[in-house]
Amino acid sequence: MSADTGDAPAASGGPIVEITGLHKAFGMLEVLKGIDVSVERGEVVCIIGPSGSGKSTLLRCVNLLEEPNSGRVVVNGFELTDPDVDIDKARRSIGMVFQAFNLFGHLSVLDNLTVAQRKVLKREQGEAERIARENLEKVGLAEKAGAMPEQLSGGQQQRVAIARALSMQPAVMLFDEPTSALDPELVGDVLGVMRQLAHEGMTMLVVTHEMQFAREVADKVLFMDGGVIVESGPPSKVIADPVEDRTKTFLSRVLNPVHASEVE
Amino acid sequence: MPMSPRKRAQAFRGVQYGILVLVVAAVAFFADWGTLGNAFFNLEAMSTQFPGIITTALVNTIIYTGLGFALGLAVGLVLALMKLSPVAPYRWIATAYIEFFRGVPALLVFIALGFGVPLAFQIQFDTYSTAAIALGLVGSAYIAETLRAGIQAVPKGQVEAARSLGMSQSRATFTVVIPQAFRIILPPLTNELILLTKDSSLIYLLGLLGTEYELAKFGREGMNATNSMSPILLAGLCYLLITVPLGYLSRYLERRAGRKRDEGLEVTA
Repeated sequence: MSADTGDAPAASGGPIVEITGLHKAFGMLEVLKGIDVSVERGEVVCIIGPSGSGKSTLLRCVNLLEEPNSGRVVVNGFELTDPDVDIDKARRSIGMVFQAFNLFGHLSVLDNLTVAQRKVLKREQGEAERIARENLEKVGLAEKAGAMPEQLSGGQQQRVAIARALSMQPAVMLFDEPTSALDPELVGDVLGVMRQLAHEGMTMLVVTHEMQFAREVADKVLFMDGGVIVESGPPSKVIADPVEDRTKTFLSRVLNPVHASEVE
Repeated sequence: MPMSPRKRAQAFRGVQYGILVLVVAAVAFFADWGTLGNAFFNLEAMSTQFPGIITTALVNTIIYTGLGFALGLAVGLVLALMKLSPVAPYRWIATAYIEFFRGVPALLVFIALGFGVPLAFQIQFDTYSTAAIALGLVGSAYIAETLRAGIQAVPKGQVEAARSLGMSQSRATFTVVIPQAFRIILPPLTNELILLTKDSSLIYLLGLLGTEYELAKFGREGMNATNSMSPILLAGLCYLLITVPLGYLSRYLERRAGRKRDEGLEVTA
């Protein structure tokens, strides 16, 4: 899947995302306290944990929307923590999907999908449109190409956002709580698209509260709390049979919504 | 007997209507309608103003304002970006410029540009250039502040999305942020165009040829020629011909932006 994303110095072997000794602080607040993660090509990694645990910050360090204080982040052969890295080029191979969708409000759905292809990858309008329509088809919104974002439901907007990221043909996709801003009945469509992507072999890092999704789709689950990875492994271990007390407490809250709503 | 709140409100509204009727009656009774009509609504004096007041004066007012607004927009955009620049001296320069030209009467800018600059630098611009520069200087200060607010009102997530697609900071600014900032500030920008239209009346200070007359100057000349206030009133009506439609446009755009906001789009003007 890394074709067409330019001259990435990537080697085909070895992990596609490698994070070592990652620290990040906002002022005095230490959010990440030494994170080590490696993601293999084609792997789906779900990051779970209570809010404030640093999972979104970790994800945002993977495309340098947050700048780490120390540590090393290598994605698809680009060492992002190298001050001389061409970050714009590195980001071409890293797709990102946000909680708030962040579609460009002044552009139609089709233009949302083609603008970066044309201006960043310098693709011809015709080719950009062809790729855009393919990806709209994939997320089930081919007929919405001419619509403006504000005319779409949240679930549709998020699927367009996924198609927009896919149109850059990234080597890895980051999802930052992609369904947290959606009405419950719209969550399924978005998760469906993500599930399909996973089956097609896309490398994915997903920050999520959807335990069912993590259990079914993830190859690996990271449980984060207090800025560290408390527990990691296959979902059959971390979600079904956790070892750490903090993981157990968190899961019992999330998996038992009645109790959770009492706590909140 | 104590009145209920509703009774009291009714009584209060009655008093308001009463005052209105009294004032209207007093004006109607005391005003010298004959003289007033002769001075302001002299149709004969008005008719001498056509077609020049439209073909020369109204057209010139639109040209002066248009040129000034275009220049003001260009300079205003540069200033807004300077004000948001991480380079501190750029911010200082932009702030000083904006404070100065926003705080100084437009009249002084016209005098400085029409007489001071030619005197100091031994150069003479033609009327249209001088008018455009003067209006541009005044307009750009206001437009810069409006644009800056508009740019800052575009949600951060828009830039993040653009950057995560591989756009550089400046590419993201021009492709994603500025177009949306303009959508947000269209209503206040229309108001600035209206203010600039009125400020264009100061161009008379530059000393104009007959073909360069704008509405205010044209009206004053007509007033002298006809010995009547009517041409000035007519010129005033011509200003309304420009500003009232612009005002409606502004309110229409505001309503549209408001509707977007209600639909949940993040528009914070």
